[in-house]
Amino acid sequence: MNFLKRGRPKPTFAPNGKDRGILVFDHTSDVIRAEKILQSNGWKIRVMGPPPEIRTGCDLVIEFPLMEKLNILRTIRDAGICPRDAVPVSSPLLQPVDLFHIKDFGRYLMVRAANMKLTIDKETLVIVNVSGGGCPDVPYLAAQMVGKPLAETPAPNEIGHTLCGYALHLAYEEMLRRC
Amino acid sequence: MLAIVGTVPDPEFPLLSGEVHIEGDNLCIAGRRAPIRRGTPALLAAAIKTVETLNQPAPFAFLVGDIGLGQGSRLLYEHLTRRLSRFELRTLVFHYLQPDVDWHNKVLFAVDDMPRRPVLIADAGFMYAAKMSGQSAAYDLFTPDAGELAFLADEQAPHPFYTRGFILHEENRVPELIERAYLHENAARYLLVKGDRDYLADRSGVLAEVDHPCEEAMEAIGGTGDMLTGIVSGLIESGMEISRAAVLAARANRLAGFHTKPNPATQVVEIIQMVPRALADLQKAD
Repeated sequence: MNFLKRGRPKPTFAPNGKDRGILVFDHTSDVIRAEKILQSNGWKIRVMGPPPEIRTGCDLVIEFPLMEKLNILRTIRDAGICPRDAVPVSSPLLQPVDLFHIKDFGRYLMVRAANMKLTIDKETLVIVNVSGGGCPDVPYLAAQMVGKPLAETPAPNEIGHTLCGYALHLAYEEMLRRC
Repeated sequence: MLAIVGTVPDPEFPLLSGEVHIEGDNLCIAGRRAPIRRGTPALLAAAIKTVETLNQPAPFAFLVGDIGLGQGSRLLYEHLTRRLSRFELRTLVFHYLQPDVDWHNKVLFAVDDMPRRPVLIADAGFMYAAKMSGQSAAYDLFTPDAGELAFLADEQAPHPFYTRGFILHEENRVPELIERAYLHENAARYLLVKGDRDYLADRSGVLAEVDHPCEEAMEAIGGTGDMLTGIVSGLIESGMEISRAAVLAARANRLAGFHTKPNPATQVVEIIQMVPRALADLQKAD
């Protein structure tokens, strides 16, 4: 099995964290939408785990440069997304997993990101299986993706709603990069 | 009675409870059908095959549709907090639910109010919530895969998505991760860890290992872990001691895979069909 760490582009923030804020949302799917909008507008943001005092169980927050708070809020509100809160970072944030495992079964290739695995047929590029995870969108994502060519399947970040869905999207992106 | 709590990936599926049976490749509950692909339907199907083989009554299920937005899960959590105390269950399994610590704790209070405390099994999203709530020790059995074990072993991670890299690097060192999970009180009374090699452990360490037969493709097939949880639930419901049930379930799961001759494109419903044959093999061997 290959073991791979791929550095995703990371914004630069002051080490003491005093220049950072977090956007808190009611649903992970809102985080995923806001991330796409902010990145497409060139903002230096990153998706992180929330501080302990606001964790509920399946959460992501968006870390952003605090000085840009008003502009960033305007950008996502214009897109119809309303964060529950936008506050300064008060304690260490959790870093999402950025390790990928690759397993080559010969005709089939499996990519794992965190607890999610995506497997394709290398000859046809059709998704043949989705496994792992524990949030309720995993069986839904699998039902939507399995049997479809990689290029035609809906992206997990478009139809997923949870951290497991987000992890599957990372596996999907890694698979696209390799195929 | 064996009761299984979980979700199906259909937003139109209402909250239903009742006995469950299989028709073709579908589960049937209260006149509704759900395809057996992965997740809770796969767990239920494997449990049904197991109890049928052992001539036990059909499992009871609490099911609701949820595609990850959590509305269905919250309806089900609320239903359980109001109704669970009326049930007399021998085994209670929690599975694919939106992880939510507050609701998890309310459900656990409802379990405390039951006339008799059932054997408590948790897997998938509900296991994540149990760990994050700090109440893992209230459970009799968790059934994590190797990656989820790393999450249990990381005392800071609220979800497998945040398992720290230095712990993920230890993933092939399952006994050390088991020890760490117990050290931080993030494990149930027993752990049945699914992987290339399956491990049964408790607070004292590894009790048993099962690594034969080995079908490498099983790792890629969605639902094979759910299937193992279903088999062990059915065996425990039959009155078998948890540790024996866990080892037999691990062997049966592997034998069912072996009989299917799977490749990574195989779907779990094909393997579940082999559960009765695998259990019969084990009965003969005993």
